[in-house]
Amino acid sequence: MISFEMPKPLVQTSNVVETVAKNMMRPVSREMDENEHEIPWGYIEFMHTATKALGSSSMAPDEAAKEKKEDPEKKKRPPINYQRLMVMVETLSWGDAGIYLCTPGGMLGAAAVSAAGTPEQKKRFLSRFKGEKPVFDAMAMTEPQAGSDTSAIRTTAVLDEKTNEWVLNGEKIFVTAGHKALVDSKGFIVVWASLDLEAGRAGIRSFIIEAGTPGCKVTKLEEKMGIRASDTASIVLQDCRIPYENILGSPKIEKSTKGYKGAMQTFDATRPIVAASALGVARAALEFVQEKLAENGVEVRYGIPRQKMTHIEHELIEMETQLRQAWLLTVKALWMADNKKSNALVASMSKVKAGKVATVITQKAVELMGPLGYSRDYLLEKWFRDAKINDIFEGTGQINLLVVARNILGYRGSQLR
Amino acid sequence: MYSFTPTEEQQMLLDAVKRYADGDSRPAAREAEEKTQLPPELIEKGWELGVLQASIPEEYGGFGDYSALTGVLAAEGLAYGDLAVALGVMTPNLFALPLLLAGSEEQKKTYLPPVIEMEWKAYTAALIEPAFDFDPLELKTTASRAGNEITLSGEKIYVPYAADAEMIMVYANLDGKTQGFIVPGDAEGLTVGEQQKTLGIHAYPLYSLTLEDVKIAADQQLNGPEGHSLEKIQASWQIALASLAVGVAQAAYQYAIDYAKDREVFGVKVAQKQAIAFMLAEMGTDIEATRLLAWEAAWMLDEGKEEAYKHAYLAYSGAVDMVMMVTDRAVQILGGHGYIREHPVELWMRNGRGFAAFTGLAMV
Repeated sequence: MISFEMPKPLVQTSNVVETVAKNMMRPVSREMDENEHEIPWGYIEFMHTATKALGSSSMAPDEAAKEKKEDPEKKKRPPINYQRLMVMVETLSWGDAGIYLCTPGGMLGAAAVSAAGTPEQKKRFLSRFKGEKPVFDAMAMTEPQAGSDTSAIRTTAVLDEKTNEWVLNGEKIFVTAGHKALVDSKGFIVVWASLDLEAGRAGIRSFIIEAGTPGCKVTKLEEKMGIRASDTASIVLQDCRIPYENILGSPKIEKSTKGYKGAMQTFDATRPIVAASALGVARAALEFVQEKLAENGVEVRYGIPRQKMTHIEHELIEMETQLRQAWLLTVKALWMADNKKSNALVASMSKVKAGKVATVITQKAVELMGPLGYSRDYLLEKWFRDAKINDIFEGTGQINLLVVARNILGYRGSQLR
Repeated sequence: MYSFTPTEEQQMLLDAVKRYADGDSRPAAREAEEKTQLPPELIEKGWELGVLQASIPEEYGGFGDYSALTGVLAAEGLAYGDLAVALGVMTPNLFALPLLLAGSEEQKKTYLPPVIEMEWKAYTAALIEPAFDFDPLELKTTASRAGNEITLSGEKIYVPYAADAEMIMVYANLDGKTQGFIVPGDAEGLTVGEQQKTLGIHAYPLYSLTLEDVKIAADQQLNGPEGHSLEKIQASWQIALASLAVGVAQAAYQYAIDYAKDREVFGVKVAQKQAIAFMLAEMGTDIEATRLLAWEAAWMLDEGKEEAYKHAYLAYSGAVDMVMMVTDRAVQILGGHGYIREHPVELWMRNGRGFAAFTGLAMV
């Protein structure tokens, strides 16, 4: 039966996380934004302790832990791990999208290991998040000459048969939390590299490089428009040697691009999570506008005909409508992920919609607030800057449109470029 | 817990609606549009799907329970076939559902059974008035009470099937509040004008209606002399229109996809051009997003949630924009062919524009 009732445990999660967002994030939001390469350790330590107390090692749904529990009572309940993650990410991003990206524990890297790793790999790489100190991971995909077009990746991985090690060479840029994963903690990065440049997409695999591995160096931290609390690193790999067992998936190159597609499937889970982050920022901006209007006695008359609306009413109602629509798409995408339904289409739709909606809402919010919107006395201008990244990372709006289009048209990449 | 899966019963209904939409209403739509009339046997067949009957409890002659959610699912399916046909099949809702949602027990027992126990008959409603700033909460048609008698006066337009009406739910302004009044189709003082000519839905018979000192008994006021709130009725209009808009948009979207995958241009299919594929991707995304918001609002109404009325309005507001965007693009994707009446997309675009003006023209 169709239902839009948020699962009870998630209502609780939402309340708890909102307290964190209000008390640990908002008060330092401006300070972290103005001091770009500082790390929000207060928030990080707090989150690490809190997650550890809950017995969880990462924000990403822990597949292994779920399989262990064979409690028949619990089995009857439908899984809600991705939905919980959505609630957390949305609320934390409502607090501060940049600081949210500094959340310790497994993120995109762990998601890749969870999705494609062997049981041994999961054990080796994911257990570190439960230690005494906060640990980070990162996903290193983009290169100076390869952004949305991941098939253009030039970083290579060559097997040294004498030592049974992979030797990686290349340069990665725009690695979110790369510095925290490699320098500030004993974490790891998941690096996309080619086994055979001639093989194109079919030759691309992901590899795990642990902090402290010789030949892997953070060379630069980007200065950005927004999400400044989050570090965006450049990483150079120079004869970086890692054990054979650090490859995710099979090393065999087949004619098909099955391996590559497998890696891309990680996005079906992560894209709606990025959508959730966008929604959090958008909600913050919308609420700011609503509060300011209420303070000034401006009422929004829901239900009146459009011909009689004021401009502010029209804009605000449209913002609310769009935000709710994007939110519902995201809920559906993650509900499908939890219930093991194939969600590639809705996942990309949610990212397309949320990325766009967040960008437009924050832009409109600044416009509607006039001089207040533009002032750094308020956080609104920061949310405008923070929101834009959601239309860019984890697939630009256009790349996601392409994914949606291929899905609805039943086209392969070669049919719709 | 969230769920996006209809119940088995709902699915059976949806399958039946789909068969009707594909097999009956879509094939008849163009001719009905050109002839500006809906074939009665087509409407009767749609009526026999029993969508309204299944949402009225047994004690009032029906065989089910009211569910706004089931209503929106069915409405989308019907509109996917053809909007005018959908509105035709759903016309008795305009009289029956205000009674069910806001009427007194006695009124329900008296007026509901004749509507739903027999074949489709013209039970209808009169709400819209001829003014650009028409507002259902500030009606110019007046109701005045003197003793046990109410007098209605004013000018209505877009009254479906007014010429054949058995009963009409007339909305009028009583002391500043919009109230429904149960008026027999042959009441003295009612004058039905010519069938109205509109931008779209030509097949759906709409009439102007003049009320000149129409006298009814005081207990003909919806819910009797104590009156009623309009909120539920308004929400029902809004989610009905939102889901009908989704149905129209889905039809146009599907048609545009099929066309774009078939038609060649510069050595490839039209759909292989990003300019077209991206339009389709946005159309599909916004249709699904609008659908979910309509479902959510309906679910909230069924659950008696406080935010239901606001969400119903948001769902409608979003749908008005979405359906215009989607149907316009469907015509665009077909290019010159989209403008030719041989294809249905121009009809859907004209119908799509109507949702901004269709206030109160559908209920679920």
